[in-house]
Amino acid sequence: MNPVIEVLFFVLIALGLFFMFIGPLGLIRMPDFYTRAHASGKCDSLGEGLLLLGFILYEGFTFNMVKLVFLILFIYILTPTATYAIVRAAYVIGLKPWKVGDERR
Amino acid sequence: MTDAMLLSVVVLAALIVLAMVRLFAGPTAPDRVVALDAVNTLTVAAMILLGVVYQQIIFIDVAIVYALLSFVGTLYIAKYLGGEI
Repeated sequence: MNPVIEVLFFVLIALGLFFMFIGPLGLIRMPDFYTRAHASGKCDSLGEGLLLLGFILYEGFTFNMVKLVFLILFIYILTPTATYAIVRAAYVIGLKPWKVGDERR
Repeated sequence: MTDAMLLSVVVLAALIVLAMVRLFAGPTAPDRVVALDAVNTLTVAAMILLGVVYQQIIFIDVAIVYALLSFVGTLYIAKYLGGEI
């Protein structure tokens, strides 16, 4: 493999894993539902997108690459929609946003 | 190269356990749904990693179907919680 592409691959995988780490960390540390959904959304689109971009570089021009490109398209359209739907449902059933000074939930 | 990618799979498995903590401890139902969504995302990433490492095309197909089905599941639970079905 071309060394430039190899370095780029490792950088993309490391960045993707970092954003994948942000998601569960935010899920555990954030004080209420809306901030947790925000952190989880980063993990969904940014982390997965960077990881898949790295795999596309690793694969080169094969049939798998086409599938990975389609998966990136699906993920970029679908996961923000899912996060939006669940946050809207939480707002409809009356979950109050956390303010400074409230106790952590 | 392969060692680094297998190590990434281990890291993703540890992150799934971390997200599972919120899945079990979440005080409200939407918290649990968001945690489940994160678990699904991490599972898809781990599947694709394994598929690329072992050169198994079927893993990537399964990952695509899993991503679509997890989206449908999350959307359905959201509609149910919002009282629209």
